[in-house]
Amino acid sequence: MKKFLASTVAASALALMLGMTSARAEDTVDPNAKQGGEIIATYKDDVTTLDPAIGYDWQNWSMIKSLFDGLMDYEPGTTKLKPDLAESYEISPDGKTFTFRLRHGVKFHNGREMTADDVKYSLDRVTNPKTQSPGAGFFGSIKGYDDVAAGKADSLAGVTVVDPYTVKFELSRPDATFLHVMAINFSHVVPKEEVEKYGADFGKHPVGTGAFKLAEWTLGQRIVFERNPDYWHKGLPHLDKITFEVGQEPIVALLRLQKGEIDLPLDGIPPAKFQEVMSDPEQKARVVEGGQLHTGYITMNTTMAPFDNVKVRQAVNMAINKARIIQIINGRAVPANQPLPPSMPAYDKQYKGYPYDVAKAKALLAEAGHPDGFDTQLFAMNTDPNPRIAQAIQQDLAAIGIKASIQALAQANVIAAGGDKAGAPMIWSGGMGWIADFPDPSNFYGPILGCAGAVPGGWNWSWYCNKDLDAKAAEADSIVDPAKSDERYKMWSDIYAKIMADAPWAPVFNEQRFTMKSARMGGADNLYVDPVHVPINYDNVYVKDVQ
Amino acid sequence: MITYLGRRLIQTLLILLGVSLITFALLYLLPADPVRQIAGRSATPQTVENIRQQLGLDQPFVVQYWHYLTRLISGDLGRSYIQRSEVTELIVSRLPASLLLMVGAILCELLIGLSMGLIAAVKRGTATDQTLMVASFVGVSAPQFVVGLLLLYVFAVRLSWFPIGGYGTWRHLVLPSLTMGILGAGWYARMMRSSMIDVLRQDYVRTARAKGLARGAIIFRHALPNAILPVIAMIGIDIGIFMGGIVVVESVFGWPGIGQLAWQAIQRVDIPIIMGVTLVSAFAIVLGNLLADIIAPFIDPRIKLR
Repeated sequence: MKKFLASTVAASALALMLGMTSARAEDTVDPNAKQGGEIIATYKDDVTTLDPAIGYDWQNWSMIKSLFDGLMDYEPGTTKLKPDLAESYEISPDGKTFTFRLRHGVKFHNGREMTADDVKYSLDRVTNPKTQSPGAGFFGSIKGYDDVAAGKADSLAGVTVVDPYTVKFELSRPDATFLHVMAINFSHVVPKEEVEKYGADFGKHPVGTGAFKLAEWTLGQRIVFERNPDYWHKGLPHLDKITFEVGQEPIVALLRLQKGEIDLPLDGIPPAKFQEVMSDPEQKARVVEGGQLHTGYITMNTTMAPFDNVKVRQAVNMAINKARIIQIINGRAVPANQPLPPSMPAYDKQYKGYPYDVAKAKALLAEAGHPDGFDTQLFAMNTDPNPRIAQAIQQDLAAIGIKASIQALAQANVIAAGGDKAGAPMIWSGGMGWIADFPDPSNFYGPILGCAGAVPGGWNWSWYCNKDLDAKAAEADSIVDPAKSDERYKMWSDIYAKIMADAPWAPVFNEQRFTMKSARMGGADNLYVDPVHVPINYDNVYVKDVQ
Repeated sequence: MITYLGRRLIQTLLILLGVSLITFALLYLLPADPVRQIAGRSATPQTVENIRQQLGLDQPFVVQYWHYLTRLISGDLGRSYIQRSEVTELIVSRLPASLLLMVGAILCELLIGLSMGLIAAVKRGTATDQTLMVASFVGVSAPQFVVGLLLLYVFAVRLSWFPIGGYGTWRHLVLPSLTMGILGAGWYARMMRSSMIDVLRQDYVRTARAKGLARGAIIFRHALPNAILPVIAMIGIDIGIFMGGIVVVESVFGWPGIGQLAWQAIQRVDIPIIMGVTLVSAFAIVLGNLLADIIAPFIDPRIKLR
C-alpha cells in the first residue's frame, strides 16, 4: 500500500469513498450570500451546556459546531468529510498512524493562536474520566486510551505534538472511522487557560475558534451569538448575530413565525399543525424537507421466548404495515427495510427486505409452534405520536395472533427496560431511535446491534450478539485505505443483510426532517436540513434583506 | 408568639427534612438511570461506570443521602447532572420570574374571584348568580394548558393585544397571570359567595338594613370586611397550588421560571435540579402556611396563636 498525501488528494479520495463529488473547503462560500443581519431562532428546551466535551443535545449540537472547530468537518449540507482546523493529513500504510498539519494563524476567541498543544490537551481532557464526557468512548482506538479512561494516566500516549503545527495520532488498531471521529464535537479544540479559568462552568463560558462567539447567555431566556471577525475561514459566517430564545413551545414558535417575529423555529412543525402548514402554499414554500441519519425500529429481545426463535421475529417483520404507520405521522417518513437509512453509505438499494404479508407471517408463526399466537408486551415512549404508533403495531400483531399489551412510559424508563436483559420483550424505538453520530455505516452497528451494546444498561435492546458479525465488523473497519472504501461498504452491506436474516429488529421507517424558516432566510436548502450540523448550519445561512 | 414561632420553625425544618428524604428515595427508586441520561447513546459501559463513580452514584442510598444532606446544610444544592451548573445559581436566576408570575396570578384571582363572588352573593338566586357560578366552575375545572393556549390564541394571535409568550415587559405578564389566576379565581368566587351570604344573613346586617342604611354602604362597609377574612387566609395555602401550576403555565408561555426548569429536569432525570426545586417549593408552601397563620389573628381577633 502506498503512502498518500492528504489535502486535495485524500479529500477527493474520501469524497469518492462517500460517493460524492470533490470540492475544496475554501470554495464553499455561497457567492450570492449577503453579509450581515441578525436572526432569531427558538428552541423549547433550555440549552444545557456549550462545552464540546459534554454537549450532546438537539439544541447544542450545531451551536457547539459554530463556536468550536475540529481537525475535520463536512462540506456544508453534506456528509462529505473535509479538513477543517487541519490543512492536510497523512495516513500511514498500515492505517494506524494519522498525522495532521494544522492551519497557521487560527485564533481562539480570546486572541491566542491555536496550536498542536491545544489539540492534544483537548483530547486528553475529553478522555479523562473527571470530565465525564459522554463521548469519551469514541476515542477508544487511540493508543493509551485505556490507561486514561481507567485513571492510570493523564495523557493519551498515542497523541504526539510533533511541532506547533503538526500533531500525530497512533492507534492501537486500524480505524476507518477515525477521520469522522476527528470531526465529531467531542474532539473539538478548546484553550487550556479558559477551561482552567472557568472549571466546571466552561460550558457556560465557551471559548473556541469557531465562526461565532458567545455574546450573552441569560439562563432560561436567551443565548446570543456574535460574528467572530477573526474567523480563519474568510467570508464566514454571514450573519452578524443570532439570538436563540429558549423555552418556546413549538406551537408558540410557529405562531410567532407566522407573525414574522422569529426566523427559525428549530424544534420543527408541531404534528397537529403539519397538515395546515403543508396545505398552505405560502407556508409550504418556506418548509425544507430532508433526510436524516435516523431509523425507527421495533426491537425483539432475542434472549426471551418466544422471540428467541428467528421465525417469530421474521413473522413480526412481515406483519407490520409500514405504510399505515407512516400515515399516522402525516407521511413524515419513508418506509425502512434495513437498519441503515438511505442517505448512509453502504445502504443497500437492491435489498428488498421482508414484504408485508399477513398470511406468510401467520404461517411462520405456526411453523415456530405458535399457531394461535402468544401474549407479549410492547414498550414505547409516552409522548405523541409514539403511543398511537404503538397501537398501530399492536393491531398489526393482533392480525397474526400476537396479543401485545402496550407499556407507554417516560423515555428514561423505556431506556431502562431496554437495557435490562429481562426487561422488555419488544420496544418501539420512536423518540429514542438511533440517529447516527457520524455518517458511517459502522455507527449503526456497535452500540445497537453488536455484542458491545448487549450489556446491562446498553442500547442493544434486542440483546442480539453475533460474534461472527462482530469479527466481520472489526475486519471492515480495519480497511482504512480510501481506495478500498467500496470493498469496505460492501462488507458492511453484507453485515446488515445477515442481521436482517436473523431479524432482531423490524425496521419501520426513516424519519424525514422538516425545517421551517422565515421568508428572509437565504442559502441552499440543504443547509437547513444539514445531516451533520443538526438541525441547521448556522455558519453558512444568511438573510436576504440586508443592504 | 416567640415560642409559637420557634415551634413552627422546628416543624418547618422537620417537614423539609421529610420532603428531602421522600423525594430523594423516590428518585433513587426510579427505574430510570440518570447516568444513562448523562452518558447518552454512544457511551461505552466503561464511560458509564466512570460517570457513575465520579458522581458518587455507585454508593449505597444511605451514603448518597447523607452526602446530599451534609452539603444541603451548608447551603449547597449540588451541580446539575446535565447542565453542570450550580443548582443554586440555576434556581436563583429563575426565581424572580416565578415570584413575579405568582404576584400577577394572586392579583388576577383576587380581582376576578372576589368581585365575582361578591356580585353572585348580592344577586343570589338570580340568573347572574347562576351564570357566575357556572363560570367559576369552569374556571376551577379547566386544565391550565387548555386555558393558556386558548388565551394565547384569542388575545395574542387573533387580537394581537399581548405578545405570544416570552418574558420582559408587563404585557408578557398578563396572559400567564390570567391563566394561573383563573383557577384560583373560581375557588375564591365560590368561597367569597358563601362567606358573603353567611354574613348577609347575620343580625347586624339586618339591623343595619333596618336603620335604613344604603345598600352599598351595608355591603362594602359592614358585610365585606367580615366576609373577606376567611378568603384572605386562603392565600397562604394557595402558594402550594401555584407551585403545581407554574410547571404547566411556564412551559406553555415560555416563562423562564423554576417551573420550566423543573419540567426540563424531570424529562432528563436531572436529580439535583428536581431535588432543589422540590425543596424550594416545599419551603415556599410551608412559609405561605406560616404567614397565613401569623396574619390570621390580626384580621380576626378571635383566633389566637398557641
